[in-house]
Amino acid sequence: MTPLVHATTPGGFLLVLAVILPVCAVLAILACGPRHAARIAVVALAAGAAVAIAIAAELVTSGAALTYVVGGWRPPLGIALRADGLSGAMLAMTALVVTAVGLFARVQYGLAGDNGGGRAQITFWVMLLALWSALNAVFVGEDLFNLYVALELLTFAAVPLVCLDGRAETVKAALRYLLFALVGSLLYLLGVGLIYGQYGTLDLSALSRLARSDPALLAALALMIIGLLAKAALFPLHLWLPPAHAGAPAAASAVLSALVIKAPVFLILRLVLDVAPPQAAAIVGQLLAVLGAASILFCSVMALRQARLKLMIAYSTVAQIGYLFIVFPLAGGDGTAPWETIAWTGGALQLISHALAKAAMFLAAGVIAEAFGHDRIADLGGFGRVLPLSAAAFGLAGLSLMGIPPSGGFVAKCLLLTAAVIEGYPWLAATILIGGLLAGAYVFRVIDKALAVPVVPIAPRRAVPRRLELAALALAVAAVLIGFVPLRPFGFLQIGRGGLAMAGLP
Amino acid sequence: MTALLQPAILFGLTGAALVGIGLFAVVTQPGLLRRIVGCNILGAGIFLVFGAVARRGAGAGFEADPVPQALVITGIVVAFSASALAIALLKRLSEITIGEGADAGGPEGGA
Repeated sequence: MTPLVHATTPGGFLLVLAVILPVCAVLAILACGPRHAARIAVVALAAGAAVAIAIAAELVTSGAALTYVVGGWRPPLGIALRADGLSGAMLAMTALVVTAVGLFARVQYGLAGDNGGGRAQITFWVMLLALWSALNAVFVGEDLFNLYVALELLTFAAVPLVCLDGRAETVKAALRYLLFALVGSLLYLLGVGLIYGQYGTLDLSALSRLARSDPALLAALALMIIGLLAKAALFPLHLWLPPAHAGAPAAASAVLSALVIKAPVFLILRLVLDVAPPQAAAIVGQLLAVLGAASILFCSVMALRQARLKLMIAYSTVAQIGYLFIVFPLAGGDGTAPWETIAWTGGALQLISHALAKAAMFLAAGVIAEAFGHDRIADLGGFGRVLPLSAAAFGLAGLSLMGIPPSGGFVAKCLLLTAAVIEGYPWLAATILIGGLLAGAYVFRVIDKALAVPVVPIAPRRAVPRRLELAALALAVAAVLIGFVPLRPFGFLQIGRGGLAMAGLP
Repeated sequence: MTALLQPAILFGLTGAALVGIGLFAVVTQPGLLRRIVGCNILGAGIFLVFGAVARRGAGAGFEADPVPQALVITGIVVAFSASALAIALLKRLSEITIGEGADAGGPEGGA
């Protein structure tokens, strides 16, 4: 079990660094003026990535969770930061995606001749760094109210990214996103209040021991989970997502789709698996799985019907998020701790491989829009000849979304499918398979265009340097490579979660 | 009847009512400004609930439990920033749409 009282572990200060480094960079940008924004941001990206790697290395070598007690004040009065295996994986994934997106944006802004003076560029760097800090705070947060503040910071950083170009429709999409997110976080806050009233603590690991099946806790969990679902854009609360994610510039869309919606999903995972009493968790799990399955089927079909590439990728995000919610009934049920089951590992792998694949897809779509000036799928015939690397990145990321070996998505979906069959959920197994087929259909629509030989060869509006395409390709390759290390995550994800690593796995 | 008049219960019930009114406004009102106001009513209700929690937990000899009060102060700051951001976006949206000749309903035309 988790220790009764939190105590700072040797590498604990790394968690603080992960949260405050990006904020320090934001302050440095504001202090040094706009001309240095991009340079400071790149330095911060490198430093943040180093911190994430150090946290992962510390987790592997010590084999136990990292904890930092802020100011030496122990919970329940103080606030603890804690990173277990899952948090460590999320931190590393976030660092990888943010760094790749940052390098992409650096090249893209360089192309536009915008060498530091542009207002959109400075806003982008400031918001990207703020968003990174907020994400890290969510992943290492251990205090429910602290998590509320982190979620709100995340929203405040994400909303300006949506309307970076300032067109009326993107401002409208940003405002709609903000309203959904606000109502979501207010419902979450109400749940936090109820939990504090009942238990007198907001510390997650204390709650996981204290929680019993009483009406106040159930009402609080219901409110918090509904609020987080609105932020995570699960069907039928997904309406804000496609216009917001499709309207943003490519680099912003990539972080929004790959990372921002993962934060509420991560919190729902923790609430359901760590805090909710078992019977309630079973019922909530069934409901979430139904919504997840509806999400997969409905939004995959919607993705298939889109005429614009970025809208298609945005609908695909909602569909892929659905897979994360069918984990709940599959994990646990027969007495084993949820995080020891293959469904849990499958869900965590899906979380990570989707982030990499989706960021790669949005960046590839960004390169396409940069080269041709539009992203209408019907008019993109033969784009693979002009942009071979981007077409390859899109295809490799597509492999992971479809769940075709060898890719991270394949391992994730294969584990989920196996769990669905073992646990006796044929309808979930069918949903996973149909979702894979639909994903194949919408990815193939684009690949078909890439390989087509049009009568009139497609001409780019302007030449795009290869280095702009590299970020997307690197992320797509990373999404595929995850499929080659299928056994490592089992042990890593269980660090700090109690139970014996690798034990009890079929 | 006297149980209802205890401050903690009264505040809790009022908070619950405000949460209901705010949520109703956010879901049913077509105008964006009204939705933002709805969010604020919802927030006010939640802060009242926190107040009731603070009052109830005053068993340790304090006037009231200070932790929920600290949470409310932080919550108000966050809610204020959220409102400011929403209003700024709405203002920008109305400027753009008026500049474009106010086609298709403008900012009050729904979300």
